Formats: sequence, C-alpha cells, structure tokens
Amino acid sequence: MPDISSNETGPDDDTAADAEAPPRRRRKQLDWPTIVIAVLVAVSAALVYRRDGGPGVWEILQHDFALFGGILPRVLAGCLLGAFIAEILPHEKVARSLGPSSGLKGLLIGAAFGAVLPGGPFTAYPVASALLATGADFGATIALVVSWTLIGYGRAIAWELPIMGTDFTVWRIVISLPLPILAGALGRFVYVRIYPTDVP
Amino acid sequence: MSALIIDILLWASVAALAVMAWQRGSAVLASSAREGTMDFIAIVPRIALGVIGSGFIAAIIPPEVITGWLGPDSGWAGVLAAVIAGAATPGGPVVGFSIGAVALKSGGGAPQVIAYVIAWALFAFQRLILWEIPFMPARFVWFRAAVSLPFPFLAAAIAMTIGRP
Repeated sequence: MPDISSNETGPDDDTAADAEAPPRRRRKQLDWPTIVIAVLVAVSAALVYRRDGGPGVWEILQHDFALFGGILPRVLAGCLLGAFIAEILPHEKVARSLGPSSGLKGLLIGAAFGAVLPGGPFTAYPVASALLATGADFGATIALVVSWTLIGYGRAIAWELPIMGTDFTVWRIVISLPLPILAGALGRFVYVRIYPTDVP
Repeated sequence: MSALIIDILLWASVAALAVMAWQRGSAVLASSAREGTMDFIAIVPRIALGVIGSGFIAAIIPPEVITGWLGPDSGWAGVLAAVIAGAATPGGPVVGFSIGAVALKSGGGAPQVIAYVIAWALFAFQRLILWEIPFMPARFVWFRAAVSLPFPFLAAAIAMTIGRP
C-alpha cells in the first residue's frame, strides 16, 4: 500500500537523494484476497473434475496456461510503465494537478488520462497505482480507473462495437461520459469524511 | 492483429519512458527498471493463480445462469438483478458483452442491459480480484468499488429518461 499520508508531498522530492530512496509501494505478502481466490479456484476445479473428469480439467488448464503465457510479457510491460512513471513524474506536479486540492480540473485530467490510456488492465492498474504513490488522491485515481473501464476506447473498439453493435455502444458511452467525474467527486467527498487525518 | 498493435503501443510507451528515465542518469533507469521487475516478480504468482484458475470459475458459472437474471423483467427490480449479474459475470469482455447482446436480443430492457454492462465494467469480481487488487492498494479497491455502487443505477435512470435513440 503506498504511503499517501504526508511524507511524499515535500518540496524536495525531486532531488538526487530521491532517486536512491524513491517512494515505494510496499509489496504485499500473501493476503486474504489471494487466499479467497485460491479457495474459489480449488473449489471450482473440484466441481469441474466431478462433472467432466480429468480430461475436462486438463483442457481448461491447457487453455489457461496458454492465456497466461501470452499475458505475461504485457504484465511485465505494465509493471515497467508504472515504475518509470513513478520515477519520472515530478511528485510536486502530480500532487498539484491530481492531488486532493486539484478540484474539478484534477478529476477531468484523471478522466481524460483514463480514456486515452493504451492497453488493458495490465497497464491501467500499474499506472493508476504509480500515480497514487506519487501524489494523486483517491478522487482523481477513481476518475481515472472508472474512465478507463467505462469510456476507454480499447475495449469499446475491440469488443463492444462488434458484439453489441454501434448504436448500443455509442449510446452506452454517451450515458457513461459524466460517470467518471461524478465517481471521482463522490470519492473525494466521502474520503475526507472517512479519513480526515490523511488530508494535508 | 489488434493484439499486435496493443503490444507495439505498449512497448513503445515503455521504451519512451525508459529513455526519459535514462536522461536523468543511468542509475535512475537501472533503479526504476529493477523496481518494475521486482513488482512483476511479486505479482506473477497472483496473476498466475487468477488467470490459470479463472477458467475453472467460468466453467462452473455458465453464461446461461447470468442470462437468466437478465430477462425481460423491467423496472428497478430488473436493474438490481442486472447489477448483481454484472458483478457475478466471470471471464473477459467476450463473455460480458455476449451476455449483454443475448439479453438485448431476447427482450431484456435497454436500461437493464446498460446497468448490466456498466456494473460489469465497474465490479466484475474476477477483474477486481485478478487485476485490481494485485496492482492497487486493497483499501483503494474497496473504496473505489463502494463509491462506484450508485452509478449503474444512475446510468439506468438516465437511460430510462432519455430513451433509446
């Protein structure tokens, strides 16, 4: 979890010392969401085995291993993107344009960034996480993530247009347009009430 | 084909950022590349578990079950069912959008299908567990999901008001 409390907003973040001791997201050890998914997977695999037998399990396993192999280089690319962004972006500027007091403009920047972000979840989440670690607040990051998922062009062009049709897709996106800003604003509104001590 | 374009865009962005890091000194490039690689190593077991296991979860939640919740049931009860169905839909975008398309063709109301697609985009449990939680702080993920809760309903309300073109 990135430390977003107070010590990353100092004016001297961009110094050479920072390059040696950059702010780091603490890597999570085995946590309970992982345990939940492990249990879920084990139970599902057991149910598939009971229904379809060994060949059924093997078939799914082969397909998923192929998927995993294909996705792995992209996950690496996403992690590198996140690390480079955390290193390159001046924290002061990120905090100013996407921080808690960035106002509507910060939400708009977050939403616009989310809408044009290339790639899939393997880029969106590492980049969002890097911004969160470099001074963006929950509100702007929510606007980014919600915008990526609702109006990002990648998924809409690759999947939604061909499957749902142009009419529905355009209509759905038009209705979704205000949602990232509203979600980010609601996030900010709730955040300062739940975690009042986190706000500088 | 589109996968190739994604990969080219992706690695071109990585290369561009690497050059920008390198301009600040090769030590900066080395340390951030090492940091990204360590993140990758830390995250791979989780991704492996999720991706390799997701096929099993999808296999025991057949799409027909989800489609059943998206019947022609109109009104707000239908919207609520659609939101739950969206959160429970396993698998990737093909599954989610195909279920939406089937519901639309088999008489599902447009506001309900909108609510379904938006709820799926916001909360699909598999994407949350497989992608968002490994990469983001857990506190952020739960907060984001909770704050997003009203929006499929808001979208359905907008859809009911303006109607379909």
